Amino acid sequence: MRELGVASAGPIPILPKPMQTETAQPPAAIAPTMTSETIRLQPTSGFSRVLSPHELWRYRELALQIAVRDITVRYRQTALGAAWAVLQPVGFMIVFTLFFGHLAGVASDGLPYALFSLSGLVPWTYFATVLLLSAESLVNNSALVSKVYFPRIFVPAGVVAAGLVDLGISLVILLVVVFVSGFVPSAAILFLPLLVAMAMLTALGVGAALAAVNVRYRDVRYVIPFAIQMWLFATPVAYPSSLIGEPWRTVSALNPMVGVVEGFRWATLGTGDAPLAMIGVSALSACVLFVAGLAYFDRVERGFADFV
Amino acid sequence: MSSSAIDIHGLGKRYALGLHGGYGSDTLRERIQHLSRNALRKAVRRGPPARQERFLWALRDLDIKIDSGDVVGLIGHNGAGKSTLLKVLSRITEPSEGYAEVTGRVGSLLEVGTGFHPELTGRENIFLNGSILGMRRTEINARFDEIVEFAEIERFLDTPVKRYSSGMSVRLAFAVAAHLEPEILLVDEVLAVGDASFQRKSLAKMNEVARQGRTVIFVSHNLAIIQALCERVVLLEHGKVMADGPVRSTIDSYLRQLESAASADLLQRTDREGRGWEESMVKRIEVREREGGTADVVVGGRPATIVVHVTEVLPAMECQLTIVDSLGHPLMTMDSEISSERDVRDDELGPRIECEIGALPLLPGRYRIDVLLKGNSHIQDGLQAASFFDVEAGVMDGRPIPVSGAEGNLAVAHTWRLPS
Repeated sequence: MRELGVASAGPIPILPKPMQTETAQPPAAIAPTMTSETIRLQPTSGFSRVLSPHELWRYRELALQIAVRDITVRYRQTALGAAWAVLQPVGFMIVFTLFFGHLAGVASDGLPYALFSLSGLVPWTYFATVLLLSAESLVNNSALVSKVYFPRIFVPAGVVAAGLVDLGISLVILLVVVFVSGFVPSAAILFLPLLVAMAMLTALGVGAALAAVNVRYRDVRYVIPFAIQMWLFATPVAYPSSLIGEPWRTVSALNPMVGVVEGFRWATLGTGDAPLAMIGVSALSACVLFVAGLAYFDRVERGFADFV
Repeated sequence: MSSSAIDIHGLGKRYALGLHGGYGSDTLRERIQHLSRNALRKAVRRGPPARQERFLWALRDLDIKIDSGDVVGLIGHNGAGKSTLLKVLSRITEPSEGYAEVTGRVGSLLEVGTGFHPELTGRENIFLNGSILGMRRTEINARFDEIVEFAEIERFLDTPVKRYSSGMSVRLAFAVAAHLEPEILLVDEVLAVGDASFQRKSLAKMNEVARQGRTVIFVSHNLAIIQALCERVVLLEHGKVMADGPVRSTIDSYLRQLESAASADLLQRTDREGRGWEESMVKRIEVREREGGTADVVVGGRPATIVVHVTEVLPAMECQLTIVDSLGHPLMTMDSEISSERDVRDDELGPRIECEIGALPLLPGRYRIDVLLKGNSHIQDGLQAASFFDVEAGVMDGRPIPVSGAEGNLAVAHTWRLPS
């Protein structure tokens, strides 16, 4: 770059003529009207960013892009691709059926054990996967977090949203199996969106909080797989919650996944009594976990870039 | 036109020292131990909590006002707080005190290729990276072809970025960033990417951006670029504004500051790059033509010796010297690790390292030396602008070295063959 050399005073002939002819677009596209608000950057405390809907709305397109990225990347350069979405719950179903169903003879509310466990495994696999991934998400995206500003909640939220594709696929498989086995879902199937939403809220609340802790203390990454295992056994996936007597059965629904899994079974198989009490308790509990998780995330968000 | 775009008042940013900062504990267990010990201490009321208040103020009492449309350069030593200021202004990190008012959409370019995902294709990454940098989808669509053309990657648009050469991905990253249209653009030393022709192209693009009436804050060590792009320059030192004004005068005071730092005792300087090893440190650097000659004045085309005085002799010492012109543009690096048969290791030498140049290939002017010292297989010490020296006009291999009006900074021995 010979233009750089001259140490004399005055403007340096550093720049060649503009490379492209400037015909394409006049530089008028700045549109200052809509965005020229003044933002004050100062030390903050309390709830300021995450829970500001205005802020989230401003960055909505980024949220979408992050979710799309997570979906696209997930199965790129895998031989089986989206089949993994199905293989995982089906694999567990086989193992559970063999060991719990046949060998241990665990009850299954009068349903074929395979179908019984699959209907629980479909929502559980979604939940466990996105919980694990969202807890790791901030650390895995440290380059992004330390170099650009955007509402950080989009990182775990993107993971939770991206997981829905897998859930959709495995749900279709579940319904096919249900039909083939001679069951017909009742109108209760309309509850599915609510149940999925509960799983999402729980995963995002807990996942975001864990992701935030993970930024400071990498211990979290070792705890999570273990905690998820524990959580699986605290959830009636391999066994029916009817094994637990009332009122404890309803109390156990404080674990939101109890309501989700039992609800899923009821909604897809169209059998048994509506577990409305459990769904209600779980929905409430999911909301509490969601709000608490986000509140914690918000409180520590401002420090992420300094620690990650 | 002269409404303010950025208004900084008493801004300060503090970092806690220590491995992870904050509590001096980097695993949960230590944190829990620490908390319980503190609680215990408080309970028995024995003295203050053990928490140590060790902070580093990266920025302190900063007051800067930047009008919209200004193109401002930000210069200063390593660790003067330039990057921290950009991080605060782009909302990546919060200030610890004071405030900054920012009017308008901010686009920041702190590192090219932020958020590139290796598994995604060039096309997918353009959209992802664009929206990370704050572009709307419609904007990206509108400028997509331009970006692709600028990056020169048409053929590889649907290839995953992980298969790109490093040059290609850097070009793509810069292309996306350069087509951002924020009202305020923050740029941190990103022009030093790609090959020479692409650097020139990027520079032209930055210049075009700067002329479009946008507010730009530009951090660079390359004073030539700063001089070409900016009208005003802010000089930071230890997190404070040392000078703020027209390009020429601020750059001058920066250079004076560099020189006074070099002439003072080098051991006093804190802007070192030794990463804490510093078993041996650079004490002084001198440049002379021969033993006994005048220090720090040498003649082009004549031999010159650079002597690095160090505090301690360590096993396997290596030294790297970079000669930089007065505009901050590095001209050449001499590295003892890239060895020659004629290099010697001398037991009798004492705590010094010498680099002999057979014929100094420099034009008249003032130059500085950056130094990096290695030993015990670690980087022991590093200093920018460790020494300054003047080169006087001379003769290179029988041919007078051009004094002025020449382009470039170097003179080499050469022979012409011309028709008679």
